[in-house]
Amino acid sequence: MSAVTVSARRGADGQAGPRRLPWRRMAGVTWRQHRLALAGVVVLLGALAVLLWVTGLPLHRAWAAAIACHPASSPGCQDLIGNFGASATGGGKTQGILLQVVPALIGAFAGAPVLARELETGTFRFAWTQGFARWRWALAKLVALPVILAALTAAFGVLVSWYYQPYAGGGPAGLYQNSPFGDLFSLREVTFPAWTVAAFAIAALAGMLIRRVVPAIVATLAVYAGLAFAAASFLREHYLTPLVTTSLELPGTSTAWVISQWFTKDGRFAFGGNPPLNILNQYCSGGKGAGPSFAPCLAPHGYTQWTSFQPASRLWPFQWIEGGWLLGLSAAIIAVTIWLVARRAA
Amino acid sequence: MNVVEASGLGKRYGRTWALRECTLQIPAGRVTALVGPNGAGKTTLLNLAVGLTPPSAGEVTVLGGRRAGSPAALDGIAFVAQDTPLYKGLSVADMLFITRSLNRRFDQPYAHARLAELGIPLRRRAGKLSGGQQAQLALTLALARRPQLLVLDEPVAALDPVARHDFMATVLSAAAAEGVSVLLSSHVLTELERVASYLVLMSRGQVRLAGAVDDLLAAHGQASLEELALRYLRETAPEVAR
Repeated sequence: MSAVTVSARRGADGQAGPRRLPWRRMAGVTWRQHRLALAGVVVLLGALAVLLWVTGLPLHRAWAAAIACHPASSPGCQDLIGNFGASATGGGKTQGILLQVVPALIGAFAGAPVLARELETGTFRFAWTQGFARWRWALAKLVALPVILAALTAAFGVLVSWYYQPYAGGGPAGLYQNSPFGDLFSLREVTFPAWTVAAFAIAALAGMLIRRVVPAIVATLAVYAGLAFAAASFLREHYLTPLVTTSLELPGTSTAWVISQWFTKDGRFAFGGNPPLNILNQYCSGGKGAGPSFAPCLAPHGYTQWTSFQPASRLWPFQWIEGGWLLGLSAAIIAVTIWLVARRAA
Repeated sequence: MNVVEASGLGKRYGRTWALRECTLQIPAGRVTALVGPNGAGKTTLLNLAVGLTPPSAGEVTVLGGRRAGSPAALDGIAFVAQDTPLYKGLSVADMLFITRSLNRRFDQPYAHARLAELGIPLRRRAGKLSGGQQAQLALTLALARRPQLLVLDEPVAALDPVARHDFMATVLSAAAAEGVSVLLSSHVLTELERVASYLVLMSRGQVRLAGAVDDLLAAHGQASLEELALRYLRETAPEVAR
């Protein structure tokens, strides 16, 4: 059936609507126009990968030595743990913060020129008057480029996860027990590509609307910063309903992500967060309540501490939830962008 | 067959009508000059004809009823926009590759022969070519698509006299040898004397006069296209100013 249609169309040259040019024609076009941007991404990620590898190797060695040591309490083992702590100090935190901008930069610099440069230099008048329908031209570019970027950044995310391993810990006390929901959450195998693709989509749309490359990049970074902040501060903790416990020792120890704490007395809500001063003065004077948790000194007086938290075991569900909504958002933004290309007034 | 057919065509940008109530048939097999002062709506009309911009009113079809901007229409139209936009960072060979990839027909031997004749090296970046060479490259890319209709927007405005002459010579030989219909806009009247056999005169967003050059000259008792156009534009000026 379809074969008949195709051959009939082939025969009727022109008038009856030419058969569509195959999508693969766009591969070479996209490559030639965007190879510089892609090369830039490869160089940037390559340099960062070398950096992570070089700083990560000694860290992993020290970590491996520390967790392999038995018994952990022996002086020799304590030395190894100390070594690890010394080599790990600060590094993960700093790099975690610096790396936050990488998906935004990659997405903005690769995505903004796709349409903005055509509009800025007038070459859209060339590109959009060829035989290849312009919505298909836009679709091909705005799918192929993010897919390539996602593959590159996913590979980088694997490296980030490897680098992060010693910080996430497990093993004897004294080693790091960071929550996987911390700084590096958005830089793992799923979220790194997802955020990069989101930045790319935002940049492509910004380029279409603003029509100039540099302002489109600036706008992208601003929007991205807002989105990343909103996700980290407000959205992420709601991906799954937090678990609630009255236990003072959280399951999974300190790797859980504490969302909130509150106290009840006689089955009724007493106060949230830290106890008010008058209660502290009343029950926790004399240093009994020193430290972050006041629960031990308040418990004998009928107060129960409740903690809502996300256990570290939810890392991968959270990764996929964040990756999922980001990809959905990106697809929607790209669809809007293509629609604008198709209907835009020159 | 008409290469361009417009009825009640209009284009509005914000509150301003760049083109109003344009009803027009441009016949095939001719070199048609779209003439008028700057801001007359020439570029708007051409953008509508090649489908770069959607109309605000009316409709326009090309090449015997194909919707402007549809794949079927663009399959048969080659458009060289004002200032001949090219990817300045790409080599001439890459421009050929891209144009060939984006079209069903592309006469590679013709393109190579033309560029060799013009002394344009394939490995040179498009941005490094002279203005005249860039225009010639854009024209070569357009003609290698073997279009039925070649649309040129102010093709020679930015060129020096020699480049101008060479460019128009290429256009005319393509029109003569391959029967390509040509629609070109210009505000330089002297250019068109030798080339155009059909005239569309525009001012202030409206078509003032359209017809075969010989008929128009005979009907209006003018010796040259330039005189005719000048006189007509002067005559319509008071009406336009109102």
